[in-house]
Amino acid sequence: MESHLGLIEDSFNESYSLWAREALDELPDNFTITDPCISGHPIVFASGGFLKMTGYSRSEVVGKNGRIFQGPATCRRSVMEVREAVREERAVQITLLNYRKDGTPFWMLFHMCPVFSKEDGRVVNFVAVQVPISRKLRRFRSGFVGGHVGEDCNDVNEVVFGSCRREVCSDSLLELGRVLALDSDVRELEIEEPCEASDVEKRRAASAINNVLSVLTHYSESTGRLVCGKRCSLSGVGHLSSSLTISLGRIKQSFVLIDLHLPDMPIVYANDAFLKLTGYTRNEVLGRNYRFLNGEDTDSLTSNHIEESIRMEQACTVRILNYRKDKSSFWNFLHISPVRNASGKIAYLVGVHMEEGCANQGGRGHGLSPEMRQLGTVGAVKIAVRSSSMAAGPSKP
Amino acid sequence: MKKKHGAKLPLYAFKKLEKLVSDNGSSDHEERGEPPVAFLDSLLLGEWEDRVQRGLFRYDVTACETKVIPGRYGFIAQLNEGRHLKKRPTEFRVDKVLQPFDESKFNFTKVGQEEVLFQFEASEDGDVQFFPSAPIDVENSPSVVAINVSPIEYGHVLLIPRILDCLPQRIDRESFLLALHMAAEADNPFFRLGYNSLGAFATINHLHFQAYYLAVPFPIEKAPTKKITTLDGDVKISELLNYPVRGLVFEGGNNVEHLSNAVSDACICLQDNNIPYNVLIADSGKRIFLVPQCYAEKQALGEVSAELLDTQVNPAVWEISGHMVLKRKKDYEEASEENAWRLLAVVSLSEERFQEVNALIFEAIASGVDVSQNTTKEQEAEAKPQTDEEVDAIKNASRPTMVSGTQECPV
Repeated sequence: MESHLGLIEDSFNESYSLWAREALDELPDNFTITDPCISGHPIVFASGGFLKMTGYSRSEVVGKNGRIFQGPATCRRSVMEVREAVREERAVQITLLNYRKDGTPFWMLFHMCPVFSKEDGRVVNFVAVQVPISRKLRRFRSGFVGGHVGEDCNDVNEVVFGSCRREVCSDSLLELGRVLALDSDVRELEIEEPCEASDVEKRRAASAINNVLSVLTHYSESTGRLVCGKRCSLSGVGHLSSSLTISLGRIKQSFVLIDLHLPDMPIVYANDAFLKLTGYTRNEVLGRNYRFLNGEDTDSLTSNHIEESIRMEQACTVRILNYRKDKSSFWNFLHISPVRNASGKIAYLVGVHMEEGCANQGGRGHGLSPEMRQLGTVGAVKIAVRSSSMAAGPSKP
Repeated sequence: MKKKHGAKLPLYAFKKLEKLVSDNGSSDHEERGEPPVAFLDSLLLGEWEDRVQRGLFRYDVTACETKVIPGRYGFIAQLNEGRHLKKRPTEFRVDKVLQPFDESKFNFTKVGQEEVLFQFEASEDGDVQFFPSAPIDVENSPSVVAINVSPIEYGHVLLIPRILDCLPQRIDRESFLLALHMAAEADNPFFRLGYNSLGAFATINHLHFQAYYLAVPFPIEKAPTKKITTLDGDVKISELLNYPVRGLVFEGGNNVEHLSNAVSDACICLQDNNIPYNVLIADSGKRIFLVPQCYAEKQALGEVSAELLDTQVNPAVWEISGHMVLKRKKDYEEASEENAWRLLAVVSLSEERFQEVNALIFEAIASGVDVSQNTTKEQEAEAKPQTDEEVDAIKNASRPTMVSGTQECPV
């Protein structure tokens, strides 16, 4: 867990300079920043406003996936829409019922957008702004359509809990409970469209997004890893989509993905478990040939056997002597398998690594055999690659 | 899987869930910590890939081309030219939703043990447990997960409740709850379970659910919905809107059993009324789609156009959900949202009939009678070995008999 939090710290610090957190903290808005490249797509930054709104402390939120704020009455279809926006690397604006730490629900306008690396067009972060939906504006909306709403803006501090379908305002949690209980009794026909946000709220969300983006852009200048709100280029060699990296990030077993069609077959993805096993950082691994763990005492026959299997487009399992970054060696129980994309062609190789003797690590003693865990990883990678290469581009129902 | 004493299989015992979403929003897995074995990523996929490498499948499904069709819903097309040639033929009448089990026909007790991946049951001590090699308790008729040798996607498996009891294809409360637990245990919105009743393109009359893993949203999941009612126990029922097939969506529930029972009672009502239907368990068991259909009847009445029949697409649960497995290259290349929509529209009940069927369902659910007790007994009676005469009678009637043209469409 600690190493996971370490990765999260690094994720943020590598992209943005030291003062970024401070500058972000000065923004009044409620927002979170997530990193799709880390396993579980965790939150790496949460603003003060956001913490205040949800009742969580920063340490309770950072490292967690945004789904911890969902609850029993959160619309599952809306959750799916957010998930799809992440997979398709696009912005989304949607009303959502979330839950505070104390279990009370609240309606808010959720506006999320990707942050791209200027260098290679990769998605490095997602920014998600949450604007609580207020009663006055909603009434306003139903009363006047297209009227002036700006003047009321300052007045809108009062957040209404519970359902938007009933224009309710509660002063106490007790009353809130009653209102919710009442609400679940409503049996009339109604479109399951959660409350719509007003134009003011929509504008507020959009401007908050712009604020965050401009801070991130500014504070990424000094690290040289410039980010921007629009994808500028997609030149990255072996570039993987967010949908693929998120799917791959779910997989716990140590593995790398190798692009068969690039010169010298470089590693294009390495997961956290692989970095932990070998002691390298991600940047030291990406772009290297898969043989880079071999060393002077590595048996060349074994190494040839792997080459031969790759050429024959077959899976193979070997026991091979490999070396970590610190030069210490270990017996690697290595499984390599071809992986096809959605057109049915072999696109990648997956290499699943397991240190001999530690084969039960992560299996908590009484789990599956190491072979089965390796094969499971192969399966999960096959699905991730096949599914993420099917897409026809952004689609909205 | 034959009744063989001394045989062993992995056993995964799941913790019986109270709630699918806990009150503070976290999923059950987050609350109770990591299970000893990752159900989907290690156990199911590991065993599946193992069977791939042992060559047990009829083809490599990842070599079948697939794509998301551009459009509002993102229908999914797969070109699978060989599947229908290699599939077992349907061996029973298509006009009756409930038919007795016939042990002379193909059923899952006849598959090789190497096709069975593991046993799946509720844990006795309330915690997830995994036994890499557990004896098969023949007396207790284990529920098992087996591969589908003609997969339509990676990880395509069958959940066969109490396999040795030889239950016919017919939903009961207990079996449906088991399927819902499997969806929750997989804990991944892209691993879905499906069910086809007889007459709605089930091909084997031996109780089973299907499941596979495809990491794209299904069109049916994207369709807007309109809430119809909330049942006791907070189960919310909605109606699909702007989707070619009319259907119901079940969500929520104060506990898993409320949700499960509402759906299974609706299914029981449909099958008792001889209405063919399909069920999709989506979103890790949090959303369940129930779709009554009448394609087979329309087909029998000659109401399906030759053009659609030529595609030989059987609209079972996956097709209805928006995942179309196409048999001809031409259909794959020309696949469009419009074509998919046109096919599925034929599957749907008319608005009038759909409302009638809904009325039946709501009456059945609202009566709140625990129908499971009765049906389970009935079902067991039916599952008992039949006399030779009975078996013969069923055999004789087993050529796909269509309803005659003069008969009213029963759906």
